[in-house]
Amino acid sequence: MAGEEMPHDCRQMLAFILRRLMQSVAVLLAVGMVSFFLFRYVGDPINAMVGQDTPAVEREALRQKLGLDDPAPVQFVRFIANAAHGEFGLSYRTSEPVNRMILERLPATLELSFCAALFALLVGVPMGVYTGLYPRHWSSRLLQAISLIGISLPTFLIGILLILFFSVILRWLPSFGRGETVTIGWWTTNFLRWKGLEALILPSITLGLFQLTLLMRLVRSEMLEVMRTDYIKFARARGLANRAINFGHALKNTLVPVITVTGLQLGSLIAFALVTETVFAWPGVGQLFIQSVQFSDIPVMAAYLMLIGLFFVIINLAVDLLYFVVDPRLRGQMGTRAGTH
Amino acid sequence: MASRTAFGQWFHQAADSDIWWSFKSSATTVIAAAVTLFIIALAFLAPVIAPHTPFDPGTLSLSDGLKPPVLISPDGDWSFPLGTDDQGRDVLSSIMYGTRLSLIVGFASVVVAMVLGIALGLVSGYFGGTIDAVIMRIADVQLTFPAILVALLIDGMVRGLISSQRHDEIATFVIIGAIGLSFWVQYARTVRGSVLVEKNKEYVQAARVIGLSPVVIMVRHVLPNVTGPVLVIATINLGLAIITEATLSFLGVGLPSTQPSLGTLIRLGNELLQSGEWWITVFPGITLAVLVLAVNLLGDWLRDALNPKLR
Repeated sequence: MAGEEMPHDCRQMLAFILRRLMQSVAVLLAVGMVSFFLFRYVGDPINAMVGQDTPAVEREALRQKLGLDDPAPVQFVRFIANAAHGEFGLSYRTSEPVNRMILERLPATLELSFCAALFALLVGVPMGVYTGLYPRHWSSRLLQAISLIGISLPTFLIGILLILFFSVILRWLPSFGRGETVTIGWWTTNFLRWKGLEALILPSITLGLFQLTLLMRLVRSEMLEVMRTDYIKFARARGLANRAINFGHALKNTLVPVITVTGLQLGSLIAFALVTETVFAWPGVGQLFIQSVQFSDIPVMAAYLMLIGLFFVIINLAVDLLYFVVDPRLRGQMGTRAGTH
Repeated sequence: MASRTAFGQWFHQAADSDIWWSFKSSATTVIAAAVTLFIIALAFLAPVIAPHTPFDPGTLSLSDGLKPPVLISPDGDWSFPLGTDDQGRDVLSSIMYGTRLSLIVGFASVVVAMVLGIALGLVSGYFGGTIDAVIMRIADVQLTFPAILVALLIDGMVRGLISSQRHDEIATFVIIGAIGLSFWVQYARTVRGSVLVEKNKEYVQAARVIGLSPVVIMVRHVLPNVTGPVLVIATINLGLAIITEATLSFLGVGLPSTQPSLGTLIRLGNELLQSGEWWITVFPGITLAVLVLAVNLLGDWLRDALNPKLR
C-alpha cells in the first residue's frame, strides 16, 4: 500500500503500529461513549446513592458536587479520565467500589479463559493435523462429524451435560465454584492446589470446546490446502522424513490463520466465559456482569464493557504484531492484511 | 409489483432447476428439512396435540411432581411420557410450548435484524458519504463484540429504564429487539456491498433519469437483486438466534418462567440436576440441540446451493 518503495522496514512497521494504535483508541472511545451513555442516562445515579427520604435540596447539592449538571461533553471527558484511572464509582447493588469488585473477580475469569484456550490449542491443533493428513480415515470422519455437533451445541448445554456425567452420575469432579485457591497479593489462583485444579477441569472444557472444534476444522482445511502444494512434493522428493514435512513444512504454514483465529477467539472466550461462569457458579467477572444486568447495576455494566473493550483491542493489536513474527513475507510488504495467503 | 414478480421468477427458476436438484441429492439436507418441519409442526400444533397445558396452574397437581420418564423407570406414568418437573408439569408438553416460543423469538429477531440491516445497508450504500461512514463505523465497533454481549447490554439497559414487573410483561419483545439489534451488521454490510455494485448499473441510472425517488429505486430495483445472499445469512442466523435466545433465557435475563422457552426450561431443570432429576433439563436440551443442528445443516446447504463459488 502506502510507500512500497520505502527503504526502512522499521519505518513502515512503526507507521503500521501507529495506525493500528489510532484505530484501537477510536474503538475504545466509542465503547467509552456507550458506557458513558449507560452510566449517565440509564437510571439516575443520584437515586441509587441516597435514601428514599432525602430532601430535594440535598439531592441537588449532591448533583452539583458530582458535577452531573455540567455539559455532557465535560462529563464525558471526566468519565473517560476516571475510567483511565480505573475509577467507576460505586455499585448500585452492593455499594462497593466497582473497580474492587471487578479486580477481585478478574483472576478467576482470566485463569479460566487461559485454561480453556490452552485446552483448545493443545487438543484442537493436533486433531486438525491428524484429520488433515488422513482425511479419508474413519476416525477422521468421526471427528469431523462430532465437531459439527459440537458447533451446534450451545455452551451452556455442554456444561450441563458434563456436570450430569462427571459430577452427578460419576461423582468424579466438582460442579461449582473454584475449589481451593491460594492468594498471592491481590491475585487468587487455582493452580497451586489440587482441589483448585480439579475445579478448573469441567469449566475449561466447556468454555474451550467450541474453540477446539473451530481450530480443528480450520487446521484441517489449511493442512489439506498445504499438502497439495508443490513445495511439499518437493520436500518429499528431497527425501525428507514425513515428520519433518508434516510439522516443519506443512503445519508451520497453517500458523497464520491459526494465530488469527486463536487471537480473535481469545476475546470471545473472555466474553463467553460469562455463560460458563453462570453454569458452574464460577466467581468471575462474567458472573458479576450477569448479576448486574439482572439488577440493572449500571456502573458495573459500564465498567465491564470498558474492560472487555480494552481486552479486545489489546488482543487485536497483539495478533497484528504477531503476524510479523510468523510471516516473513509481511515484513517486506507491510501495512496490508491481505496477501497472507 | 416489481419485487413480487422478481421473487416469483426467482422461485420459478429455483423450483425448476439446480436448487431443487441439489436438495434432493443430499440425504443429510432432506433429513434436516424433515426434522425441522417435524419440530415446527409439533411446536405450532402444541395447543391441539399436547397432552397437557403445563402453564395453566389450574390443571396441575403437585402429586404428579417429579415423575421419571416411562421408558427409563417403572415409576413412570404413561400420561407423562417424558416425566414431570417439581410442579407436576408434563415435560413433553412444556417442550412443545417452549419450542414454539423459541421458534417465534428466533424467527422474529431474524426478521428484525434483516429489516434493520437491509434498511441501513441500502441507505449506507446508496447515499454514501457521512451517513455511510457513520453507519459502517458503528457496525465495525459492534462487530468487535460478540452478539450475545450486545444483546445482554441492550437487555440490561431496558431493565434500567422500566420496572421489573413491566419488563416481565414485555420480555418477549425486549428479547426479540435485543437479538435483532445484535445481528443487523452482517446484513447491512452485505446489502451495502451489493448496492455499491448495482448503483452504477444502467438500469438504476435509467430509473434515476425517469425521476423515481431514491426509496422507490432502492426497494423496487436494488433490493430484489440482493435477496439471495440475504436469504443465506438469514438461514444461518436463525440457528444462532435460537441459541442466543436460549442462552439469554438460561442466564435468567431472557424469557421469564411464566412463559418459558427451551432455554428457560433448561435453566429451571438445571436447578434440579444435582438431585438426579436429569430428564427435566436433558429433554429440552436435546430438542434445542437437534433443532439447531437441523437448521444449521439447512443453512449450510442453502449457502452452497445459492453460491457454488463460496465453498
